[in-house]
Amino acid sequence: MADVLERADAQGAAAVTAQDKLKVIDCDIHPSLHARADLYPFLAKRWQHHLETYGGHLRTPFTSTTPYPRSSPLLARRDAWPPSGGPPGSNLAFMRQQHLDPINIEFGMLQVLDLLVVSQQNQEFGSALQRAINDWQLECWSRPEPRLKPSILVSQDHVEAAVAEIERCAATGNYVQVNISPRANEPLGRRRYWPLYAAAQAANLPLGIHVGGYGGHAPTGGGWPSYYNEEHHSNAHSMAAQLTSLIIEGVPERFPRLKFVFIEGGFGWVPAISWRMDKHWQRFRDEVPHVRRPPSETVRERFWFTTQPIEEPEHAGDLRAVIEWIGVDRLLFSSDYPHWDYDDAHSAFKIPLTDAERRKIFNGNARAVYALG
Amino acid sequence: MATRAQSTRWGEAMVRHVVATTSEIAPGGNKVVTVAGREIVVFHVNGEFFALRNRCPHEGAPLAKAACVAHLKSDEPGRFQRSRVGEMLRCAWHGWEFDMRTGQSFCDPLRVRARAYAVAVEAGETLAKGPYVAETFPVTVEERYVLIDI
Repeated sequence: MADVLERADAQGAAAVTAQDKLKVIDCDIHPSLHARADLYPFLAKRWQHHLETYGGHLRTPFTSTTPYPRSSPLLARRDAWPPSGGPPGSNLAFMRQQHLDPINIEFGMLQVLDLLVVSQQNQEFGSALQRAINDWQLECWSRPEPRLKPSILVSQDHVEAAVAEIERCAATGNYVQVNISPRANEPLGRRRYWPLYAAAQAANLPLGIHVGGYGGHAPTGGGWPSYYNEEHHSNAHSMAAQLTSLIIEGVPERFPRLKFVFIEGGFGWVPAISWRMDKHWQRFRDEVPHVRRPPSETVRERFWFTTQPIEEPEHAGDLRAVIEWIGVDRLLFSSDYPHWDYDDAHSAFKIPLTDAERRKIFNGNARAVYALG
Repeated sequence: MATRAQSTRWGEAMVRHVVATTSEIAPGGNKVVTVAGREIVVFHVNGEFFALRNRCPHEGAPLAKAACVAHLKSDEPGRFQRSRVGEMLRCAWHGWEFDMRTGQSFCDPLRVRARAYAVAVEAGETLAKGPYVAETFPVTVEERYVLIDI
């Protein structure tokens, strides 16, 4: 026991030394509103009034909480509450001190979950919120801390407004991706969403698909789970469903320059779904003749996956096989700060990585996908 | 305050360090101390004191920020037993549970363990008799002290 621990400590120390020299690009950081009024400088009076009077309306049974109680208050690390008050992720100085500086973050991609813009059922309100949130990310986070890069968050079921928002934000040159939810009203490959993909491709921005959102459907194909423990797996199911939807509907072929980044859905399931898609594609090609290549080739060329929550197989070495099946080039490090399932850049990977692999996963891959200087 | 104690079973000399007065750590609370370069967290629960390395062996979260919970066990759906209230640590990040007494992990008990240190409580009067020498922590005869062996 003691030997095992000592060895693990020694390996950890070696990894830390290598990691310390490496600047990290973190593809999933969640800033939070301190209070709703933070948005008011960017939100018309009419919608401020609406927010105060009616609040949000999502397609879930509850309006002020999640359908599943999370394992910690506001989903957060218990040590991430800023000492000066406010919710985790709401204080830039504390975020710098707790995360950006010690982890040696070179760039961090902002992912906003507040008010679940992507799922607002009042689409005019959702459109106003998306604009306010996108402006707030830029003015209150990225301008004071240029390491943090804003994403164009869109309320995707109002396609027309979402396209206009993509064009408005992209024109500023400040945003690094277009963000949509994997839990929309229809699967993401459906044609109603294609104008979003056309706009993202025209703006040369990757499409970031972050878990979460409420499209009104049960989170699993089997129905509504009973426990958070059970529901949490549905993040991966949803992502697998959207990967097949996008590929089998022919979206990568239709938009040949668009890059797809799957965020916070894990990646252990990717090899199995790729094998299965290939197998079915070989047998039923004439059902979907627009899918011209084996799906796994498309996955390896056009899709990237963020690493958190890292897979933790019983034998750590098995993680290596999974990474090799997917390809080291496809993985982008992410922490999910300040949420409870945060991955620490120093200790999340329980397997040795070569310096070259480490540089790709923690920096180079994201630098290329997001065209960071 | 530190002193050289008897040899351990591994044959290495351990040093006993005075790290706190018993009254300064509230029940259910903890104190983080740095001893011999190691950050250690001392918990006070149900009248006892426990000391662990302040680092979760899973991904490195500070254990001082963990929730102190009970051991909850169920033999079948619908029945449960709750015991050892406050003696289980639930890590602030991923919720890994550790036994404060031993550092044993409930997620991976055979392979992962938080480093635990032996703790003793001594009266200031005993400490003042020596051979202990106060180094960094002042000792008075009126107080009771928490000591850990490293």
